[in-house]
Amino acid sequence: MTINWFKFASPAAFYPIAGRLIPWFGRVALALVLIGLFWGFFLTADQLGGSNPQKEYYRIIYVHVPAAWMSMWLYLVLAGWSAIGLVFNTRLSFMMAKAVAPTGAIFTFLALWTGALWGRPSWGTYWDWDPRLTSELLLFFLYIGYIALHSAIDDTRRADRAAALLAIVGLVMVPVIFLSINCPDPNQCAALHQRSDPGSIHLSILIPMLTMTLGLWSYSFAAVFARLRTIILTREADHAWVSDVIAKEATA
Amino acid sequence: MKARQKRLVLVGLALVGVAGATTLALSALQSNISYFFSPSQVMASEHPTDAVFRVGGLVVKDTLARQEDGLTVHFKVTDNAAVVPVSYTGILPDLFSEGQGVVAKGRIGTDGVFYAEEVLAKHDESYMPPEVADTLQTAHVDGIVEQTTGANTPRSATQ
Repeated sequence: MTINWFKFASPAAFYPIAGRLIPWFGRVALALVLIGLFWGFFLTADQLGGSNPQKEYYRIIYVHVPAAWMSMWLYLVLAGWSAIGLVFNTRLSFMMAKAVAPTGAIFTFLALWTGALWGRPSWGTYWDWDPRLTSELLLFFLYIGYIALHSAIDDTRRADRAAALLAIVGLVMVPVIFLSINCPDPNQCAALHQRSDPGSIHLSILIPMLTMTLGLWSYSFAAVFARLRTIILTREADHAWVSDVIAKEATA
Repeated sequence: MKARQKRLVLVGLALVGVAGATTLALSALQSNISYFFSPSQVMASEHPTDAVFRVGGLVVKDTLARQEDGLTVHFKVTDNAAVVPVSYTGILPDLFSEGQGVVAKGRIGTDGVFYAEEVLAKHDESYMPPEVADTLQTAHVDGIVEQTTGANTPRSATQ
């Protein structure tokens, strides 16, 4: 059996699918975030030991790290849909890219904000021009720039293309953020973020962190699909199927 | 060439350009940030004399001394090659301790002491509950003891 994937590339076909998926992703997100937060905040060690003796404030990582991961992942998704849209001229890809941007911006902001709250007690400062902090801030500006550029151009098709190009050029920041802590000798660098490695995080800390990540990922699906449905309806407003949908939802 | 293939090539070229820019940005990040100096560079007088700069390294063990006013601390910072004495008045960050990495911002006084306006502590990648960290530490010490005694036993047996 072959599935005709191009069928789902039509906004009219994807609109009802997205509608059916939203409640499921929403429920999974709510469950995983509640479990992850309770686990991280109440069932893990009160403080860390060894060479990194952080006190209770270390618990911010249960929000901070998943948010930072999602901020980078969603940018890859944004740039990916932008590239597909530019090459194949598919309408839904551009709508998908546009729907992802606000969620990505929110997670980038969350990562920066929680990072500042953590940095004050541990490092001794809310903000430092550390390579990772700086590149994450630039990622936030890229998301904002994408949204601003898109809304600055009235013609939707031109706005899609211009913003997609910006998204692809901004792709530069993702590996920079990821590799911004490759300082060969920590004592020779001013960077405050150090090399990180999931292997040196104890499982009792890593698993709630991954639970939160899956929860935020699930939330992203739900939020992006909800936004996507609005974008589809707005852009396809002239089509007959949209009037059918609206008539059906009005009676329901 | 079809229009779609042309666009594919254009997006491909854009990605190549992006990859080039990434490489340049990463190599720029790797080179030293201009206002950061290691204790060795400070001892070799490579630092600016009239501007604020940062010095970073490890806090030398047993050098942290709190002064009589209760707020000023003196300690020494090393990169395992040279040592710079630092004086700082203020509250130290939580992760500051002897043997750990710090970055201090300030200027060198005429007496050769680095007067810091800001002292930042670094953290490392290990995220362990204290019990686990203690167990690892004990296991490490046990391993060393075992190794040394294990190496000694055959020698004493032959003697």
